[in-house]
Amino acid sequence: MSAALTRIVSSRLFWPVVMLIALVAINVIAFPGFLTITVKDGHLFGSVIDILRNGAPTLIIAVGMTLVIATRGIDLSVGAVAAISGAVACSILLSSPDPGNPGTVAVAVGAALVIALVLGVWNGFLVSVIGIQPIIATLILMTAGRGMAMLITEGQILTVDSAPFKALGSGFLLGLPVAVLIGVVIFAVAALITRRTALGMLIESVGINPEASRQAGVRARGLLFTVYTFCAFSAGIAGLILTANQTAADANNTGLFIELDAILAVVIGGTSLAGGRYSLAGTLVGALVIQTLVTTVYTVGIPPIVTMVFKAAVVTAVCLLQSPATNAAFGRLRHRLTARTSKGIAAS
Amino acid sequence: MTEPVVEMTDITITFPGVKALDSVSFRMFPGEVHSLMGENGAGKSTLIKALTGVYAIDGGTIRLGGETVSFSGPAHAQAAGISTVYQEVNLLPNLSVAENILLGREPRRFGSIDGRAMRRRAAELLDGLNLDIDPGSLLGSHSLAVQQLVAIARAINVNAKVLILDEPTSSLDADEVAELFRVIRSLRDSGVAILFVSHFLDQIYEITDRLTVLRNGQLVGEYLTEELLRIDLVHKMIGKEITALDEIGKRAHAATGAAVADEPGLPAFAATHDYGRKGAIEPFDLTIGEGEVVGLAGLLGSGRTELARILGGIDRADAGTLQIEGKPTRLRTPRQAISKRIAYSSENRRSEGIIDDLTVRDNIVLALQADRGWFRPIPKKRQEELTQSYIQALNIRPANPDALVRNLSGGNQQKVLLARWLAIAPRLLILDEPTRGIDIGAKAEIQKLVYTLAENGMSVVFISAELEEVLRLSHRVAVLRDRRLVADIENDGLTVDALLALIADGSVADEAPPPDAHPFGPAYDEPATESLTSPAGDLR
Repeated sequence: MSAALTRIVSSRLFWPVVMLIALVAINVIAFPGFLTITVKDGHLFGSVIDILRNGAPTLIIAVGMTLVIATRGIDLSVGAVAAISGAVACSILLSSPDPGNPGTVAVAVGAALVIALVLGVWNGFLVSVIGIQPIIATLILMTAGRGMAMLITEGQILTVDSAPFKALGSGFLLGLPVAVLIGVVIFAVAALITRRTALGMLIESVGINPEASRQAGVRARGLLFTVYTFCAFSAGIAGLILTANQTAADANNTGLFIELDAILAVVIGGTSLAGGRYSLAGTLVGALVIQTLVTTVYTVGIPPIVTMVFKAAVVTAVCLLQSPATNAAFGRLRHRLTARTSKGIAAS
Repeated sequence: MTEPVVEMTDITITFPGVKALDSVSFRMFPGEVHSLMGENGAGKSTLIKALTGVYAIDGGTIRLGGETVSFSGPAHAQAAGISTVYQEVNLLPNLSVAENILLGREPRRFGSIDGRAMRRRAAELLDGLNLDIDPGSLLGSHSLAVQQLVAIARAINVNAKVLILDEPTSSLDADEVAELFRVIRSLRDSGVAILFVSHFLDQIYEITDRLTVLRNGQLVGEYLTEELLRIDLVHKMIGKEITALDEIGKRAHAATGAAVADEPGLPAFAATHDYGRKGAIEPFDLTIGEGEVVGLAGLLGSGRTELARILGGIDRADAGTLQIEGKPTRLRTPRQAISKRIAYSSENRRSEGIIDDLTVRDNIVLALQADRGWFRPIPKKRQEELTQSYIQALNIRPANPDALVRNLSGGNQQKVLLARWLAIAPRLLILDEPTRGIDIGAKAEIQKLVYTLAENGMSVVFISAELEEVLRLSHRVAVLRDRRLVADIENDGLTVDALLALIADGSVADEAPPPDAHPFGPAYDEPATESLTSPAGDLR
């Protein structure tokens, strides 16, 4: 029993899951109907569904970010890429005579994603071919990207009236929000591609020890291109969802600070910023923790002005709980307890 | 004779589980150049760190200028007159030469730094060394050699009585070394005691007056350089009793002698001509036959690793040609070498070998998987077979494919690394110190493995600091000294004595068979079909 307990407690997912459960518990106490899910017009409604829907863009970006971070990199440009993607889609829809036509929406979405891919290739080029540090390389696009989005929207907030486009953000399919379904698909695709092929193992290998990987014949360049392009692609999708939700492209505010939320989700999920082993499941939990946190701020009645402070406190707590020092302390405690109960048969 | 300026008596330093220094005594006289000699793990750097206050000593006394001292740290030792110039120049390239020389000791005027006085003082110091360097110029604009000299100027600014130069010449060319030696001599003549640490034997004999030899944390002895023959020095550094070594040498000969048949018809797998890399290894000619084990012998820093690295495609050669099975080939990356089925197993197991946070299975399949590309994953079942077969064949413990490699012992990590290379079914396997730092049992297993692999037709280049190991396994031995291939001889009655002589000064090379006398390896029976590499063969 204690061996199983040890395995659970030492799992990387343990503390994030505990934190998520704690947050949900706080919400249930403050608002007993929190977990209630009702069906209206064949659609699911409820706080939990809201959290899933509002958290989808962060999750989608965080999935891409996880792979980038696993290679020892980071992508600060995802918020800007999201803004560009939304701006491209909206400007195409606006310039079309029939923005409500599904074909037009498909073209707009396709164009936005192609632009996102191009931006990802740019990041990959700077990092892998030119060899610029990832934080600097993506900082370039983080700052320049908002300006590019401004150019596309010509400084305006582009409001579009297109039912199919709007559905990306607030529509329902099979009773579930479309945004949630997109999130599930991206998550599943990333998990399948990296774990069913050797991509995940090679990414981890490069992240853990680049020189040993090079000597083993691993081509880091191609891997870096792949992860940065995928990350920008996921940012492009998130940007479309965010824009569709507001039915407007706002070059200044779409996806603002979402890179920080995505990085936080990855870190809370137990993937080290130093690169190496990553956990997409952890990132999923991390994204849920962050979104639940935002909701908690409202349900508990904390003034929205101090949301950031509250968020910081929770993140600090999770990081402390995951730190090696805390782990060691818990290990010692566990060891002492098991030694006492089972007369020295240590479970470690 | 004058009083010694440094007198370290019975110094003992213990690290958890290891006695790094065991009652070592060491002294230096003013106005002499002294060298500390020893192989890896001899205790050289520990002794230096004790002298410079980096390590606290567990036993013994340090006397400086006749007074017993106890340093609280490097700053304390420096204030007492012991200055160190490290191998990597740790100065600030973005500051001027003068600022670097007087960093932390800037002359002040009204509370702020007096730039003019600083430049004047720096110019005086540089003049004192007969160096023509503009104190106002940026340090980073100068060559590494000049930066080294600036570092020395900085070191002597504090009225150094003792100057420690740790591998100062490792990245300098011949002219720069001459300039450095001129400065060292003028400092010596002014009464400074200089500790010159280097791997280059020629330089040791050119510049030093006295030598202290350490081995395995113990003092071997102190000698006047001119009275100690090179061969004796190498004996003392490597330190096996000659008689015992002879016996092992004979055994090695007996083991390989049978295999060395008079059948020089075997094709060469790899042949180099004037192959080299500037600053790493002088151009060399080396032929490696199929199924031949070529041992590389030489002291640390002799170029044995550098040779192996360009042969394995880790570093690019910038001169000469390489032929693989008679075809001219260029190896620009490890990846290209692997595609030619040449594997290089690094001596730095932790930093360049294993991926410590991945599992045993992932580590074993890594090179094979990288060669196939990420979109063609090795099927899970195949990975399992591969991993299990190597865990059994190499006796990897724990026999758990899912264990993280970081939790394995050094010997088992080495075996995992070997398994990774064997999995690509190499034609040429380059093993750089595969047995260093691992226990006796694992060592014997790896030696046995090398022998079996060669019998099965694989070419092996084997590097080891342990000469008896080289002689036991190799059909031919290539000897390196001072970044040069100085001899290439059959291991046919070769004794450790002869090998030591070659390593020391190459004088015996003339008596040995000329390098090209037996260009090909010994003949073997048909390569056995039941080979360790077979599980991977059909995966490529």
